[in-house]
Amino acid sequence: MIAAWVAATAAIGLALAAALAALGAARIPSLLRRLALPLFGLVGVAAATAGTLTLLGGGVDDIQLPLGLPWLPWRLRLDALAGCFLTLIGLLTAAVGIYAPGYVRGFEQGRDSLAMLGAGSGLFLAGMLTVVLAADAMLFMVAWELMSLASYFLVVFHHDQPASRRAAFLYLLMAHVGGLAILLGFGVLAAFGHGFEFAALRAAPLTPGWATLAFALALLGFGMKAGLVPLHAWLPEAHPAAPSHISALMSGVMLKVAVYGFIRFTFDLLGEVHWQWGVATLALGSVSALYGVLMALLQNDLKRLLAWSSVENMGILFIALGLALIFLGEGHAGLGALALVAALLHAGNHALFKGLLFLGAGAILHSTHERDLEQMGGLLRRMPWTGLFFLIGCLAIAGLPPLNGFVSEWLTFQAALQSWQLDSGVLRSLIPVAAAVLALTSALAAAGFVRVYGIAFLGRARSRHVRRARPESRGMRLGQGLLAAGCVAAGLLPTPLIGVVAAVPEQLLGTGLPQATARGWLWLTPIAPEVASYSAPALALALAVAMAVAAWALRRGALRRVRRGDPWDCGFGPLTTRMQYSATAFAQPVRRVFAPLFAVDAGVELEAPGRLRYRVVIGDRLWKLLYAPFATATDGAARRVARLQSGNVRRYLGWTLATLLVLLWIIT
Amino acid sequence: MNLTTLPLLQQLVLLLAAIVLFTSFVLLSQARLVAAVHAFAGQGALIGAATAVVAAAGAGHHLYFSALLTLVLKALLIPWMLHRLVRRLELDRHIEVIERPALMIMAAVALVIFSYWLVLPIVERELMFTRNIVATSLAVVLIGLLMMVFRQQAVAQVLGFMSMENGLFLAAVSATGGMPLVVELGVAFDVLVAMVLFGVFFFQLRESIDSLDVDRLDRLSELAEERR
Amino acid sequence: MRKVKARLQNRRGAPVVQPLRDLRKLFVKEVRVAHGASPLFRAAPYVVFGATLLAAASVPLLGVTLPTATFADIVVVAGLLALARFFLALAAMDVGTAFGGMGASRELLIAALAEPAMLMAVFTLAMTAHSTNLASIVAYQLDDALALRPSYLFALGALCLVAIAETGRIPVDNPATHLELTMIHEAMLLEYSGRHLALMEWAAQIKLALYAALILNIFLPWGIAETLGAPALGIGLVAILLKLAGLGGALAVVETVLAKMRLFRAPAFLNLALLFGLLGLLSHVMLEVGR
Repeated sequence: MIAAWVAATAAIGLALAAALAALGAARIPSLLRRLALPLFGLVGVAAATAGTLTLLGGGVDDIQLPLGLPWLPWRLRLDALAGCFLTLIGLLTAAVGIYAPGYVRGFEQGRDSLAMLGAGSGLFLAGMLTVVLAADAMLFMVAWELMSLASYFLVVFHHDQPASRRAAFLYLLMAHVGGLAILLGFGVLAAFGHGFEFAALRAAPLTPGWATLAFALALLGFGMKAGLVPLHAWLPEAHPAAPSHISALMSGVMLKVAVYGFIRFTFDLLGEVHWQWGVATLALGSVSALYGVLMALLQNDLKRLLAWSSVENMGILFIALGLALIFLGEGHAGLGALALVAALLHAGNHALFKGLLFLGAGAILHSTHERDLEQMGGLLRRMPWTGLFFLIGCLAIAGLPPLNGFVSEWLTFQAALQSWQLDSGVLRSLIPVAAAVLALTSALAAAGFVRVYGIAFLGRARSRHVRRARPESRGMRLGQGLLAAGCVAAGLLPTPLIGVVAAVPEQLLGTGLPQATARGWLWLTPIAPEVASYSAPALALALAVAMAVAAWALRRGALRRVRRGDPWDCGFGPLTTRMQYSATAFAQPVRRVFAPLFAVDAGVELEAPGRLRYRVVIGDRLWKLLYAPFATATDGAARRVARLQSGNVRRYLGWTLATLLVLLWIIT
Repeated sequence: MNLTTLPLLQQLVLLLAAIVLFTSFVLLSQARLVAAVHAFAGQGALIGAATAVVAAAGAGHHLYFSALLTLVLKALLIPWMLHRLVRRLELDRHIEVIERPALMIMAAVALVIFSYWLVLPIVERELMFTRNIVATSLAVVLIGLLMMVFRQQAVAQVLGFMSMENGLFLAAVSATGGMPLVVELGVAFDVLVAMVLFGVFFFQLRESIDSLDVDRLDRLSELAEERR
Repeated sequence: MRKVKARLQNRRGAPVVQPLRDLRKLFVKEVRVAHGASPLFRAAPYVVFGATLLAAASVPLLGVTLPTATFADIVVVAGLLALARFFLALAAMDVGTAFGGMGASRELLIAALAEPAMLMAVFTLAMTAHSTNLASIVAYQLDDALALRPSYLFALGALCLVAIAETGRIPVDNPATHLELTMIHEAMLLEYSGRHLALMEWAAQIKLALYAALILNIFLPWGIAETLGAPALGIGLVAILLKLAGLGGALAVVETVLAKMRLFRAPAFLNLALLFGLLGLLSHVMLEVGR
């Protein structure tokens, strides 16, 4: 435990040190690359060590810091849940630390402030680590706001672009609304628990009504940070705006911190849960998953696409969490534990593959200065390593065996299939519907990532600068490789991983998953061997053997030679790269089938005489439906308030006097 | 309750009820009127069969008669009349445009779950069979009503109305062993008369507004009047 | 099956083993690969074949207890098929012709819509048998007393529709067409030749057999071997051959009667499958297990 504390403190300290060191980058631009970013790598290693030690040690430990307010000392706590998320943050940070030096090199000649980038990311990291460690509401909120504010500066990094500024403003606004909701949620608990330490909050005797209010506030606040539909509007704007390695951190880790907050608040602090909460969470999760994947399928901007896919994956995660809440509320602790483990595993998996994909997108951006899928093509030949790692990421995110995305989705399915144990018939029929949504989502995700990979890496280059793409630097390759290896390892050996993660429900709910790992590392049997079993290593081995045998049997023949020829062109003459199926075309059937969900603006316009152009703009229909009225209302209210602003000093003084009088009247 | 503990005939009734529910969905989403009439005939035949099975399970001999009545009336006579009507109104090639079919189906599924939720409070073990059947029939009734809400075509609305009646009949027969014969005859007669009236009504409608689109029947609303 | 179809079309038709002969011929033919195809293009047939083969190995064909059935349940089988499809679509987009992309886009749309319907059908079965292991489901079916389950009827309908869509048969796709605008699956294989094409075609045939065996052994499990003895397996072999012949004949009749539908009618087709699945599930919950 001591070692874990030392490592955790070292991680936060190093993050702050990196932030300080990066300030020097204002003078010496290469300082960021040579000192601050390697320190990030160390932060990651330290955090991962702390997390792993805590998880393996299995203890719970509280310490009180000599900091904070006089009557409200700050507390830290290390337990399995914190350990789980520390490991996750650490792994991704380490990979980003290795990757980023190569990536930020491109900014050294630019006008953007490197010091702000470095200091912002340092504080961002420190904030996230502290959120996970915090053991009282005060420190939690302070660290939470630190995380939000620091990431605002990262989103606004390219501040000369108006889109970036707009995204950052939206992000800041929504982060604060979310923060407010969380604060109120803690407030409800604190009012009953008479204290701000988590221990006091945990003991708070809540009536069901107040508990539901607190839950609703938490769902609102953390859901906003996690980007659940309909609270998602900031996410697809803000994530692509940041530099790619920061996008990886935001999508991979910051969303997970929101999930951590939700789990901590609901499963740990609130104590007794109700199944109705689970239904609400399940519904939000299903809607997010489906809407996210559909929007992702239609995007042509690679980073925006990945951001929408984060909305989808958060949806899947909240489906699992909703299942856990339903099972717990109905008194099936073992099944609740199963669903919770599925959610945690998906959190880890998503951090790995989404981090990997964002780093890959960053590598493409770095080499080609291109984010538009329509301009890419044939990158596999120019950047073979990134191509390989990106393929692994795509397979993982599409939920295909034997990689890691499949494992967590499989566990979620298994949990959903146990709904026959529930008493309520309505729940028994609702849960499978959610599972069907999950199936649709994962199939659409597979289609979406075939589209990404097929358009970007396969085929032929669609523009000149893509044809001349440079290969990525070694550090960037290594960073991606690390995450890809993580994806493969987590996919092939899920059972030991689940054995470790099961410590979380053991501490939170009092039940682990003894049956899941009962048959050794080879088999994953979440409920019982005859009910369902999955053996990733055996499957992968059999797959490899089948492929090898087929290849061997066929290559023995006399005709090993492969002749190259032109592709079939219907006899019309050579094919040009413009004849390839484009990203927009690929998504067209989906766009048409799910047409009512999108605000599509499509048509043919005349660009110049004789040149026609097909234009498609995909809008977010929910934006018009939910956010635009808010914005107009706020605008109108602000205009009305602005009438106070007459510019006359005496009138201001008059207002001050009036306020003072009212205040005095209230006090007495 | 487990299905396997029920006698075979009751299982058969359940099976038939489930298929009736399915035909309700078919009716709901079938855009071609002729095909919808056929689906309605199928539903009538299924209900007749279900009645016969209930009778065979020993619920009383008059149910055989009732089954025969249902079969003749709902599977043959009314569909035949409807069919003739459709043809005389020259609607047999007509394909109605259904707005948002997916939404409609989802609403229907939600109605099924809702009706199940409504009958859930009946918990006695002996009544489990009845409860499930009642849930199914209620769903058929509600879907019939939903059909009347969603469809614009007057003929389709009549089909929805008739399928509501089918749902009620199914509930009556399988849950309580059927109504007294007199009541049943009365209802059957009512339905027949209603059908004839509908036929006359269609022609009147057709003559006065030259269409069977019920959305145009808004003359009574002042707002609509102003809009013209 | 082709034979039955040919007969129905007043032709004599090729002998039953003709597909195998085609494959053998393709295996010894020379491979031509387009300029500009990446290594992925040449690796994909092996992945597709391996994944499909593995999926097929997990479906009980002759006997209930299979060594492979324990490491892959039905969700994994669906996952493996998805893996095969993923690589098939990628390979199609590799060369950079318009056909490949078009085929991939359409195939993935259909697969995405079929997936929930299939899962719903599977859920109905799994909730009845309380298991997703195929062997357990089949065993449960054998042990269970004869019951008329409405949910099974709907699940069967859903699975059949999904199988037709997934294996690219009429009316969703036509395996014999090479007309540009109508093909889905074939469009993706257009650039393949020789042994690569043979592997892809073989994988498609295995997939068809897989769905057939799945439907037959789940809904009509009788005759399948419950032990691994030779006589039991023999009976199982005869039974499955008879059942397969029956299903093949039925499919041929369906294909002859129906015409291929437009691509954008396919969602309606699969919505029907999804509706079957949903109804199966609901009728399972409502009618079969009251609590």
